[in-house]
Amino acid sequence: MSAPEAQVPAHVDRRTEARRRAAAEGQPWRGPLRHYDIIKEATIAFVVVAVLAVALAALFSSPDQPPVTLRQWANAQPAGFTQVALSELQGTSTSATYGPPFNGQSGSVQSLGPVSIQKLLGVAWPLHPDLAFVIDPLSTLPTDPALGSAIRTWESAGAAQQKSWTAAYAKEVGKLGLGASIPSRVSGAGPVPQLLSSLLAMARTGALDAALVSHGTFYSSDYTNAIMFLGDSATSQDHSYWNEIVTAEHLQGSQWGVMNETGSWPGQPWLWLYSMWYQVPPMNSSHNADILVVAIVTILSLALLFLPFIPGLRSIPKWVPLHRVIWREYYRQAPR
Amino acid sequence: MPTTVSLATGRPAAAGAINLNHPDHYFHWGFVIISLANLVVIVVLIALFIAALLVPFMKPRPVPAPEVDETEPAVRAQAAATGEPTWTGAVRRLGLRFLPPAKLLPDYQPAYVASWAYVFGVATLTALMVVIFSGLALAFEGPAWWHISSAGHFVNSIHLWAVELFMGFMTVHLWFKFWMASWRGHRQATWMTGVLCFLVAIFEAFTGYISQTNFDSQWIAFEAKDAFASSGIGALINPLNFGQAVMLHISLIPAAVLVLVAVHVLLVRVHGVAPPIEARAEHLSTPAPDSAEVAR
Repeated sequence: MSAPEAQVPAHVDRRTEARRRAAAEGQPWRGPLRHYDIIKEATIAFVVVAVLAVALAALFSSPDQPPVTLRQWANAQPAGFTQVALSELQGTSTSATYGPPFNGQSGSVQSLGPVSIQKLLGVAWPLHPDLAFVIDPLSTLPTDPALGSAIRTWESAGAAQQKSWTAAYAKEVGKLGLGASIPSRVSGAGPVPQLLSSLLAMARTGALDAALVSHGTFYSSDYTNAIMFLGDSATSQDHSYWNEIVTAEHLQGSQWGVMNETGSWPGQPWLWLYSMWYQVPPMNSSHNADILVVAIVTILSLALLFLPFIPGLRSIPKWVPLHRVIWREYYRQAPR
Repeated sequence: MPTTVSLATGRPAAAGAINLNHPDHYFHWGFVIISLANLVVIVVLIALFIAALLVPFMKPRPVPAPEVDETEPAVRAQAAATGEPTWTGAVRRLGLRFLPPAKLLPDYQPAYVASWAYVFGVATLTALMVVIFSGLALAFEGPAWWHISSAGHFVNSIHLWAVELFMGFMTVHLWFKFWMASWRGHRQATWMTGVLCFLVAIFEAFTGYISQTNFDSQWIAFEAKDAFASSGIGALINPLNFGQAVMLHISLIPAAVLVLVAVHVLLVRVHGVAPPIEARAEHLSTPAPDSAEVAR
């Protein structure tokens, strides 16, 4: 009488079979072959794709909307420009309160639970908007006794005095419409009217655009100051010059702007998933929206990367018989 | 009272036969907002996927199976040519073992590779070549060229559309490889290098957008800085620094894409494309009983 066969659990059998199958699928193919010419295929593909790219370029060209300048902004919205410049001087703008990597503040610091990688990595590109956006550019202007005196008065004053001057000026200028003219004299505002009138005049000539990117050297390729200054209008004034153009072009974050392009050209449709997370709760109203979206997209990207190792997900193609269509010729000639 | 600002008119760009330099149509479905142009791209990709799935492939020309495995003779020949062991000889033998000439440049392939689904890999590769050639021309002439010259603008247009083709073909390639479960048979590294190519290519496209020195660059860089800052990457990469962005766009990131693509393609050549799901057992080789034996 033979000994009874040992019982092998079903899941062990399945695992062994899966391993055997994977090993077999990794071995050289022993089934029917077909003729193939890899060089010919690559050459034909290159010609077709190159012709297609040239044809699309000839048909549709490409977008090239010029950058917005501080000159345009200051001419279109003198009071709007001055209100933002005042916030730079006060240290209350988005740039001034941003936090790492630009400065030690915390206005735009985001965290995941108790962890803030942003804070952890600290300041990498130091930015002090009161100096970088206002005082330093004004100091490059040709000697003007009134302006020189205003700069010296501002720099030698204490923080409380500066705050009192800017508050007095804000009381007058803050109520103006963005396109209004600014007053040349404001009672109790000390040197602030002189400073900001000069900055506005400088911006209207285009000299401020140049001063913000020069960094005191002849060559420059860093536009941080200029774009952050412009950006402070986008974050503080719904109808700022820049915001109006951006909204009209559907480029705001709330308009899925990450995917979009100026004009009627396609943008980056491959960013749909990234863009989508900004539109849904809690990200659409969270102060930590960016880090939340980055975390979600990182997890999803890792899932895609390691998909071959994720049980369930890796089996979807076996359950959905699209492969029966792709390899229909093979299955027809070699039925199970 | 809010001030209304007119849309910047822009410089006269070298126009295409079809003018796209006007405000796009946008569709709103619930919380979804999408431009007509982006929608067209997505619909075209889906249509390509369906067409590649259904349109019959070219009639195959069967070839007989090669009588001998070319690997071993090649390895033996190379081993015999070396008088004494050298590192160079070892690397050559290793290369020939894993990638003999017939695998690297094949003139036959499994008969099941008979679907338009398979053309998107080579389409992606060739679109990348057009991206590189047009990008080299732009790099050669410098970042201001395409703003001031019609020829430069045309080359930029080729670069843009080649990028759209590259990303589009790569997306359809990824869809097909998923539905084929192409990681089977120990091909996980092939899948993973492909996914990495896709992710790095997205970053490469992003640095391209912020290197354009136009309206797009300004706004995209301004918007992106928050995600960069919040994730800590902003301490290394400042999207508002054009110099850094353009250097990354033309050196480090394309180098990473090229290395990943090269490894991906070599892995495809080494392992071949995955056999059909549920391929007949007699069409699949039985693995060698002792892998140590093979290694020797």
